[in-house]
Amino acid sequence: MKNYRNRVLINIEKDTILSGIKEFEEILKKKLKENRLDEEIQVLETSTLGIRTSGISMVICPENICYENLKISDIDKIIEEHLLKGNILDELTVEPVKKRIIEYGLNPMDEKLQNKIVLSHNGVINPEKIDEYIAVGGYEAIGRIFKEKITPEQVVEIVKDSNLRGRGGAGFPTGVKWGFTLNTPAERKFIICNADEGEPGTFKDRLIMEGNPHRIIEGMIIAGYAVGASKGYIYIRGEYEISIKRFQIAIKQAYDYKLLGENIFESGFTFDIEIKKGAGAYVCGEETSLIESLEGKRGNPRIKPPFPGISGLWKYPTVVNNVETLANIAPIINNGADWFKGFGTERCPGTKVFTILGNVKYTGVVELPMGVTLREIIYGFGGGIEEGEEFKAVHLGGTAGAVYDESILDVSLDFDTLKEYDGMLGSGAVLVISNKVNMRDYLENVLLFFKHESCGQCSPCRIGTVKLHEMIRNIEKTDDKEKIMKSMIHLSDIMFKTSLCPLGQSLIFPVKSIFKYFGNEIKA
Amino acid sequence: MNNMVTIKIDGEEVRANEGDNLLQVARDNGFDIPGLCYYNKVSPTGACRLCLVKIKGIEGLKTSCTLQVKDGMEITAFDDELEDVRKTIIQLLVSEHKQGCMTCETNASCELEDLAYRYGVEIDNIPFPINEKYKAIEDSAPMLIYDQNKCIVCGRCIKACYEIQGKGVIDFAERGIDIYVATDLGGLWKDSSCDGCGECIQACPVGALMEKPSKGKARKWEIKKEETICPYCGVGCRIEVEKKDNEIIRINGADGPSNDSRLCIKGRFGYEYQMSNERLVKPLIKENGTFRGASWDEALDLIAEKFSGIKNKYSSNAIAGLSSARCTNEENYIFQKFIRATIGTNNVDHCARLCHASTVAGLARAFGSGAMTNSIKEFEYADCILVTGSNTTETHPVIGTYINNAVLKHGAKLIVVDPRRIDLVKHADVWLRQNNGTDVAWMNGIMNVIINEGLHDKEFIDMRTEGFEAFKKVVAQYTPEKVEEITGIPKDKLIEAARIYGKAKNASIIFSMGITQHTTGTDNVLSTANLAMLTGNVGKESSGVNPLRGQNNVQGACDLGALPNVYPGYQKVTDPNIKAKFEKKWNTKLDDKIGLSVVEIMNEAYNRNIKGLYIMGENPMVSDPNLNHVEEALNKIDFLVVQDIFMTETAQLADVVLPAYSSFEKTGTFTNTERRVQLLTPILEAPGDAREDWWIVQEISKRMGYEMNFKNQEEILNEVSEVTPIYGGMHFSRLGVEGLQWPCKDEKDPGTKYLHKDKFSKGLGLFSPVDYIPPAELPDDKYPYLLSTGRILFHYHTGTMSRKVKVLNDFEPGPYAEISTEIANTLGISDDEDIRISSRRGTIITKARVTDKVAPESVFIPFHFAEAAANRLTNDALDPVAKIPEFKVAACKIEKL
Repeated sequence: MKNYRNRVLINIEKDTILSGIKEFEEILKKKLKENRLDEEIQVLETSTLGIRTSGISMVICPENICYENLKISDIDKIIEEHLLKGNILDELTVEPVKKRIIEYGLNPMDEKLQNKIVLSHNGVINPEKIDEYIAVGGYEAIGRIFKEKITPEQVVEIVKDSNLRGRGGAGFPTGVKWGFTLNTPAERKFIICNADEGEPGTFKDRLIMEGNPHRIIEGMIIAGYAVGASKGYIYIRGEYEISIKRFQIAIKQAYDYKLLGENIFESGFTFDIEIKKGAGAYVCGEETSLIESLEGKRGNPRIKPPFPGISGLWKYPTVVNNVETLANIAPIINNGADWFKGFGTERCPGTKVFTILGNVKYTGVVELPMGVTLREIIYGFGGGIEEGEEFKAVHLGGTAGAVYDESILDVSLDFDTLKEYDGMLGSGAVLVISNKVNMRDYLENVLLFFKHESCGQCSPCRIGTVKLHEMIRNIEKTDDKEKIMKSMIHLSDIMFKTSLCPLGQSLIFPVKSIFKYFGNEIKA
Repeated sequence: MNNMVTIKIDGEEVRANEGDNLLQVARDNGFDIPGLCYYNKVSPTGACRLCLVKIKGIEGLKTSCTLQVKDGMEITAFDDELEDVRKTIIQLLVSEHKQGCMTCETNASCELEDLAYRYGVEIDNIPFPINEKYKAIEDSAPMLIYDQNKCIVCGRCIKACYEIQGKGVIDFAERGIDIYVATDLGGLWKDSSCDGCGECIQACPVGALMEKPSKGKARKWEIKKEETICPYCGVGCRIEVEKKDNEIIRINGADGPSNDSRLCIKGRFGYEYQMSNERLVKPLIKENGTFRGASWDEALDLIAEKFSGIKNKYSSNAIAGLSSARCTNEENYIFQKFIRATIGTNNVDHCARLCHASTVAGLARAFGSGAMTNSIKEFEYADCILVTGSNTTETHPVIGTYINNAVLKHGAKLIVVDPRRIDLVKHADVWLRQNNGTDVAWMNGIMNVIINEGLHDKEFIDMRTEGFEAFKKVVAQYTPEKVEEITGIPKDKLIEAARIYGKAKNASIIFSMGITQHTTGTDNVLSTANLAMLTGNVGKESSGVNPLRGQNNVQGACDLGALPNVYPGYQKVTDPNIKAKFEKKWNTKLDDKIGLSVVEIMNEAYNRNIKGLYIMGENPMVSDPNLNHVEEALNKIDFLVVQDIFMTETAQLADVVLPAYSSFEKTGTFTNTERRVQLLTPILEAPGDAREDWWIVQEISKRMGYEMNFKNQEEILNEVSEVTPIYGGMHFSRLGVEGLQWPCKDEKDPGTKYLHKDKFSKGLGLFSPVDYIPPAELPDDKYPYLLSTGRILFHYHTGTMSRKVKVLNDFEPGPYAEISTEIANTLGISDDEDIRISSRRGTIITKARVTDKVAPESVFIPFHFAEAAANRLTNDALDPVAKIPEFKVAACKIEKL
């Protein structure tokens, strides 16, 4: 494996391509070569830097310095000052406070929060080189399982013991889920990586996948071994082009190294992985709709039970795990359950990758231990509210989550505590709303999203989403707003009780919480 | 699973089978839990969310339609919360439902309407905004209208299409509130692959899907419903006829033993002919080349006089009769009795000669009985189905659905052997495309592989059969390599098919005209019997040899002796004891010589040896091979009587035409393809002065001096049961909805589901060594293309009925010929272009349909269309045993016009 002194990440996106980033990249590479730095410094493309930047931007690792609004004329300066002499060019950084970027970087406030599990190698290794993943301990976990003859039951036990809980939103214990599938005898079983990240305001899985696809592949192999599955599918959001490309490269490399395919590590264990692109339906993030879609059908959710663990893909037992969940597996096997439990809270060990967005100064992705507070996230990593505005509300866990006022800021962020507050941690999206936002408008927008994304299969959700949206849209025109609000709560409560899948069941959370905390504003 | 358990619903104890559907059990026990998406003929959906209940020990509300009964379950079906939930959901549904009930066909039989009434949901008291923006109605298709604004998105239609019919034409498009039922990948319904069976309409709980021809015809409360048997094919579907006054408003599938409420497009929509003003309404006598109306007395007297005259002047054998596969068993009985007893000849036959004569001959020889060995519904549970020479989806559409079910629901292996890429090919594990007329060769090839690989059932062969060694010797010559040479079937595919069939536990062979309509028809049928016996696939459920009979009562017409060689019940005319029995019963002298068959009658008419011909409900001027010859023959006959419901092509040549009843107007019995005798209900009044066929025959007989004195059809069946052992226990009073399957020897016999259990009808099954013989006429330089004929879904036989139905004509308005892309390219013919097709016997002009359905050098012409009748081209070369003509192979040439 080749060692590089520095890596330069550049964001190839629609906007930056229009700004001429391709030409910038070419010249940068040419100049590095002229300076004989091409053996020492590597240029990598990524689709987002995980931080809001403008124009042509780059992150230089390992020091995690982010530059934005770059011009071709800045290249010489960056090479000479930063890459050769090690001087940070303050005038090009996003802004002085943000010199150290948040998603890959260190917490400037609190050293104890530095430890990362999921993103530990993102930005450190080249995601397109399997050797680099191996060099940092990649595929060691699966190797150890075979070398030390750890049985599937033991693997499941370790994961159970770690109390890793599903990071897709529901927080169901992963080891328990695996146990169901392990104990269901079947001709075939499947592992599905749910990479259909579609929750508005969430893009953490993309960064995990783009930066370290092998980690997820290794997690899937281990899951397959643990439950007795020999085939895995990565069901990935179709728009995630770079993630898909990285997975394609990674899967090919893993096959070349015989880490996928037949007889992995001469163990007799076979595991194959295939990628399936999603087609943009929010509901396909729900595991049973995802399975239907994977089977080539319309992505409608199924009635549970049976749960996929017992009867999933083509009616075979199937484990469906989120990207972030799978990224935790190899570290747990390598370091043990106790190590994992050293992070986070007792009931929710480990870290969580949060997405911060909305009216904060700095938006992006950050990995923090479970139990961190919103105040730490918003004011620590988000840099507080945008200039001239004030904190008003936070929508937590994705669109299906609850909206709170400032009373929530010091509550521990984990799966269980938030339930006590009629909400959920969900995907870990932290959408910060400032005082310039009208909460009726906000709710209308949320309800519009549900109306658009309802699959239409069950009647309460199909029609209920439309009615709720229409009611909030027209509430201004009515005299008795209170009555409308009451009907909306009644309807969303009926939808909670009767809808076939979590989509229709969750409108109650934003509706009820917005009415609870901001009802007076809407009534006024 | 048949374990009775006890559950509690609202505190009341209920007994049910463990695993039964909870909603169904609740409803059956008087708990009327609402539910709109539940339809007990398809898998539960759980989408409407109305049937939610509470289960003790389980959190939340659960849809009872998706739950199975478990011992000790305690259910709350009704409480305030559940009723509030249900009312709210109904309010939601009504708020999005088009307020068009006043003119809706479904008004008064709408499930949503009933629930709105029950829960007091009115437009004024719904606490949500009401949708009043309606979308366009989809009415492009001939048979149905889809009004998206009335659709409640229950999905019953979609499941009916896929799970019942096995078609999967429709599915939901769009999502959320914009969801609607779309065909294929979108586009207009009329352009889709929908074949118009209407199963979706029958499944719709509201008025979203409606029969187009019924629109505006009658309110639900003006309608009377009665059940009878479908008049079209041999499946014998039970139908529910909705009528107002004397008019059919619509037809629904009824829960009959052979159709489980399923229907095809003809069964559901093909009734318009019944009300046609072209129906014959009085007897017609031809004078100076034109018909004039006559009284019954005049017409009947004339017929009696003429037939008596011919009989006296020439002989009984100068008269012949064609009985009818469209008429009842009783009418066939009386017709053959008239020909045999009154006229005194065995010259009686009917169109079975043209379809399954070789089946009757072949299977009688091999097994002792020439009918389907098994029952229709058994197909669904076969492990392997081999379909050859049957385009089942089009010709026996409802049987096609059971094959689809077997494959799609139960994972059966399907082998299709057919020169055309028929619809079933899409579900097939293996498709063998044989050269036309090489069936003996490929079947011998399959048996060669089975024997070589030891897949044959030695015990069955030893215990139940004879003739194996001689047969084995012949089969040994048919190596896969040799078979590939003859049939064009790649040897690997042949071997694959042989293994699938050979290894199956229950393998069923289905065949039809592609096997029988050859000069080697009997040999082909013998080969199917050999194949089944070789693997022990006879005499048990879901296996056997199953010839599908074409017409509603072609099985019955054969059973009742409308054949020149046998009396009713396949009792040979040449057997002196049998003859004596009938002479005694009928109190007259009978002829002991086998009579003439259909094609022979035409030939003898042509030779002026047949002077008088009585045709009841047949149309040889379209159905018989080599029509130019038939036309000349019929013109040479001195006295031709045709009895029908329409002025057919044949009737136009007649001297006297007699108006008869249609099947909607009479009682009597039909025997379907699975040997099931089913009772008809007279539902409508016959038009004008029409009379029942049996009455007409009896009147002629009386006037010729032979009295039969039957008062009704029931009495005729009673006589049948006395002289026909296989019908020994058949009486109107026993038939009910389920009917009875023959053999049914006496009053106590419950009938026979499948034949040859433990023992063949003839004792031991007979293996026949059969060698391949090429067809009588094959393409050559002058006539370079291979011509085959057959039927299509949208029309029926000679089109007398189906071509008077607008829906069917909209689907397929007229004649055409399927020609291959290769031929089209060679001759520069484009789709829909007029072409001339000629054979050594005639010429027709028709439209080209360029398709890959036919093999590269082949042409296929549906024979329904008199104006470009395929049978002007077909070859009347006969199978030497069964006298069936070779409709399936002839040589032709094609010219661009």
